[in-house]
Amino acid sequence: MTWKTLEYSGWGRVLTARGDVARPERASALAKLVSSSPAPAIGMRRSYGDAGLNDGGKAIDMTRMDRVLEFDAETGVLHVEAGAQIGELLRIFAPKGWLPPVMPGTGFATVGGAIAMDVHGKNHHGLGSFGCHVVDLTLMTAKGPKLASPKKNATLFKATVGGLGQTGPIVSARVQMLKAKGDVMVVTERRIGGWDEFLKYLDASDATYTVGWIDATAKDEHLGRGILEEAETGGGLVAAAKRGKRIPMDAPGFTLSPSVVRTFNAAYWRRVPARGRTVVKPIDDFFFPLDKVHDWNRLYGKSGFHQFQCVVPINAAGDLREMLASIANSGLASPLAVLKRMGPGRAGYMSFPMEGYTLAVDFPNRDQAEVLIKELEAQTVKSGGRVYLAKDGLSGPERIRDMYPEHKQWLKVVQSTDPDQKYATDLIRRLKLREPT
Amino acid sequence: MSQTWIILGGTSTIARTFARMASERGEGVILAGRDMDDLTATAADCAARGAPIAESIKFDARDAKTFSPIIERAAELEGEISVAVFVGSMPPQDEIDDDPSLIAGTVTDSFTGPAEFLTTIAPELEKRASGTIVGVGSVAGDRGRLGNYVYGASKAGFHAYLSGLRNRLGRSGVHVVTVKPGTVDTAMTWGLDKLPFLAPPEKVSKDIFKAVDRKRDVIYTPIIWWPVMTIIRMIPERIFKKMQI
Repeated sequence: MTWKTLEYSGWGRVLTARGDVARPERASALAKLVSSSPAPAIGMRRSYGDAGLNDGGKAIDMTRMDRVLEFDAETGVLHVEAGAQIGELLRIFAPKGWLPPVMPGTGFATVGGAIAMDVHGKNHHGLGSFGCHVVDLTLMTAKGPKLASPKKNATLFKATVGGLGQTGPIVSARVQMLKAKGDVMVVTERRIGGWDEFLKYLDASDATYTVGWIDATAKDEHLGRGILEEAETGGGLVAAAKRGKRIPMDAPGFTLSPSVVRTFNAAYWRRVPARGRTVVKPIDDFFFPLDKVHDWNRLYGKSGFHQFQCVVPINAAGDLREMLASIANSGLASPLAVLKRMGPGRAGYMSFPMEGYTLAVDFPNRDQAEVLIKELEAQTVKSGGRVYLAKDGLSGPERIRDMYPEHKQWLKVVQSTDPDQKYATDLIRRLKLREPT
Repeated sequence: MSQTWIILGGTSTIARTFARMASERGEGVILAGRDMDDLTATAADCAARGAPIAESIKFDARDAKTFSPIIERAAELEGEISVAVFVGSMPPQDEIDDDPSLIAGTVTDSFTGPAEFLTTIAPELEKRASGTIVGVGSVAGDRGRLGNYVYGASKAGFHAYLSGLRNRLGRSGVHVVTVKPGTVDTAMTWGLDKLPFLAPPEKVSKDIFKAVDRKRDVIYTPIIWWPVMTIIRMIPERIFKKMQI
């Protein structure tokens, strides 16, 4: 059978869709689907909102097309099918001394998803987004496979990278892998007392991988306290992280109540000694700490959660501080909050990154959280920043065009490759991204 | 000693996961099937995962002419040769009821084709006095039932064949494993409703390697199918004939 009717959701589990899903295993099967009933491609559905949903329509699940097609051990160029997971590539290639160039916070993300969202990782300040390392990519079109790269079909390439799947399913991509010293991480953890200190350390960090965990419940003189992690790859022998624990059921609502989160965060902050420390970690433990617990999104209970992630330009750091203050004062945040300095690297018209600071905070799905997120969004636009569409589930059409100035160029390419909007998703419709201004 | 798997039905979902696991164990794979583009892609994947030999070759259960090039290639290999059979076809029973000529093809794909291949290659394994033959059957072969009894009959035949082959090859140090999977989450079952105990293909492959390493004769995978089928086999025919399962 080709189609299966499924009920599926984004990672945040607030938004869901119902529709027929195909799951091709071969390029020939995908070609047949695209010519007979084109539908948006979906992967592991790690986007939080509705970027991977097509309610009432069809979708093509790419996760079984996950093979390594070629690896050049001299140059490090990897040709891989779009359904391959970043964490799996890390597992296969790290022992050989090569890493995926950019790794998002979860190893379950697929290569196709990493391109369609132009994801960033802990090395964004130095190496840019995932799309910056894509040598070329192959799209499946009704007329067969079509290659796009920064040189060949360059506008199609820029509309595909970060393009939310609107140019059609990606079959495979050639990715420039990154040479690594070994498959362990040497991580320096530093306790940060407050906001100004955090920015100072983030600005000064010259580590390859830098990320800040922030206590989004700490107020007043503690506002912006957290832990800065700076890391490099290294050689050595450490046991691989134990993976595969599961959350067996949806947690009850009080699991992440404000007082629990405050207590947890304070303890988590104190875990790192005041003078800091350097530890050695298995590589996947550093890049994908949450993957150790499968289905951790169930901790938020049945009603799910939202993540708010924005980036603002360097000169708007003060605005970001105010946004963090309103988050802290609301008491709505969960323990998962991240602050990072971003570099300018981005590869598509609709790519999220810009040079500046990015803040990501999870909120259990409650009415007040929705109100707060909308306020944060309004502030983001005012500050000249943008929200990340891979995370968004709440924004409206009126704000998005201000945040993404190259939307027009993207729309032009997308409308010519997919005039009938066969690849539109719930996110595209909610934000009216395929409609001319 | 180096070990190479000849994998018949190399494009099937379970075969793909099996070939990956073999590669990560440092074993070679020769992928045999009909869709050469797909086999070539899987071979590349296996090479990246550590397979010292990763090749693709034509195999069609309904065309015995495709058998000898595979057997000739096997004869050239050094070390231990093993064979894993993942071929089979399962047209819906109602289509067979409308067109009984489909029966011959189903039996060839699921039983006589692979049996002919195995009988032809057996002397090569006997000569080397080592290696394993993995034959993937099905729980459907344990009892003929309304929903798919032609497929079930083919697999039942294949089970009996494997049992005899084990009896023969065991004498020269070649081991035969009969694998009876239940419903597996593959391209073949995608979209079928109400599949009990649906297993991921990786789980089945893992169980197969466990059986190979421990020299088990017959396994059910996942293991839940062993008690389930034990009960189903015990139901008297005069009751079973009235049941819908």
